[in-house]
Amino acid sequence: MKKDLLGIDDLTRDEIYLVLDTAEAMREIGQRPIKKVPTLRGKTIVNLFYEPSTRTRTSFEIAEKRLSADTLNIAVATSSVLKGETLADTAMNIEAMAPDMIVLRHASSGAGHLLSRICRSRIINAGDGMHEHPTQALLDAFTIREHKKRIDGLKVTIVGDLMHSRVLRSNVLLLTKLGADVWVSGPPTLVPTGIERLGVRVSPAIDEAVTGADVIMMLRIQQERMHGAFIPSLREYFNIFGMTKARVARAKPEVIIMHPGPMNRGVEIASDVADGPYSVILEQVANGVAVRMAVLYLLAGGADAD
Amino acid sequence: MDADRIGRTLARIAHEILERNRGVEDLALVGIRTRGVPLARRLARAIREIQRRDPSTKLGVDPGSSAVDIPTGALDITLYRDDLMRTAVGAQPVIRRTEIPFSIDDKRILLVDDVLYTGRTIRAALDALIEFGRPKAIQLIVLVDRGHRELPIKADYVGKNLPTSVSQSVQVHLTEVDGRDEVEILES
Repeated sequence: MKKDLLGIDDLTRDEIYLVLDTAEAMREIGQRPIKKVPTLRGKTIVNLFYEPSTRTRTSFEIAEKRLSADTLNIAVATSSVLKGETLADTAMNIEAMAPDMIVLRHASSGAGHLLSRICRSRIINAGDGMHEHPTQALLDAFTIREHKKRIDGLKVTIVGDLMHSRVLRSNVLLLTKLGADVWVSGPPTLVPTGIERLGVRVSPAIDEAVTGADVIMMLRIQQERMHGAFIPSLREYFNIFGMTKARVARAKPEVIIMHPGPMNRGVEIASDVADGPYSVILEQVANGVAVRMAVLYLLAGGADAD
Repeated sequence: MDADRIGRTLARIAHEILERNRGVEDLALVGIRTRGVPLARRLARAIREIQRRDPSTKLGVDPGSSAVDIPTGALDITLYRDDLMRTAVGAQPVIRRTEIPFSIDDKRILLVDDVLYTGRTIRAALDALIEFGRPKAIQLIVLVDRGHRELPIKADYVGKNLPTSVSQSVQVHLTEVDGRDEVEILES
């Protein structure tokens, strides 16, 4: 593994499988009476979150604590960022206190790469703007593999706001690297041009895209990133692209429905689908801890000499 | 040691376990990954075999019952090693699953490994085991004791004492993992 985890782009096929296999072992720790191993004792990990997050931040923090690392959370609302400090200055000040790793979430694409250049600490990207969210894609792959026993050759359909989604980008990079047949569907205003160059099939017709799917992954309509009229209304969006029971019925009988959260019920996904028998949404959350433990463990050692 | 010798050694240890513990009540086997796991499974089989042939060894067990299977688990100690994070370069050791599908509380745990050397693996294994509960006792079984201890640790059952020099290495091969049964000393 490299020094940092900035994106799926940095990982080889073998490294992805190493993370998934390690996560398999890490998951067992969460089922013990004492859910803690001493592995990262004495390591300091800073969770630096410039965007609101419940799931990802909690998941990282639980993962860090289960590995016995000392963790601290910096939420921007209570930090000097409000006083006008730049990301680079904040990072260098944190760096001066010699943490071992920084987990960064930031609204700007490439924020992790900036930190990677100026910090000795290992950087884990927990979501940078519209670029990547690698640990989400890894936990999605872990969840898919658990249900389907493989990833190679599966039809995975990703539906929703393709434009603003870092989850989409990381998932497409990962799933195509492992040989899945990835379809994407969404309103034309939210399909980035050139997305097919990533090796996915684009279909504006959701019914075609979900037909015969092994996995359906819904993406959130990210209203906070939409500065303009991308969709006429949320209700119309639901009618045309929302995941309903009728649409699920077009997929394979043993299809799994995924969502990275937070869900907008009644916008991209109907409540009876989100809570239905095919939904693995809460399993994704549970697996997130094991996958992040694996990433922390694998990055905590020495970086490959390269 | 060849396959025949390994087989007889394990059969002898199985007898010693039954003798020392006066039966199988409260016993559980835990193998340390990688090669302690198949050794633990073989010992469980050997003990069952002895009980089947000689019911008098089923002490502490309902007289009417048939041979009792000793619960067997697998322990990966990687996350408890004392040499993790000590090198600046190189990949992390691979972690495998720990599977202890039974409570170890108040059990007599028979911890199994292939080679006893510095004792550091066993130290890590003891730390790991304690996190699963409070066993009544832990006994250590090793196929080979090659000496050169760096910690105050001693095995309760030893297959063979093998005097070695530090420059040598002891390789245990087991059919389940390596396709053949053999213990060999390699000069480095």
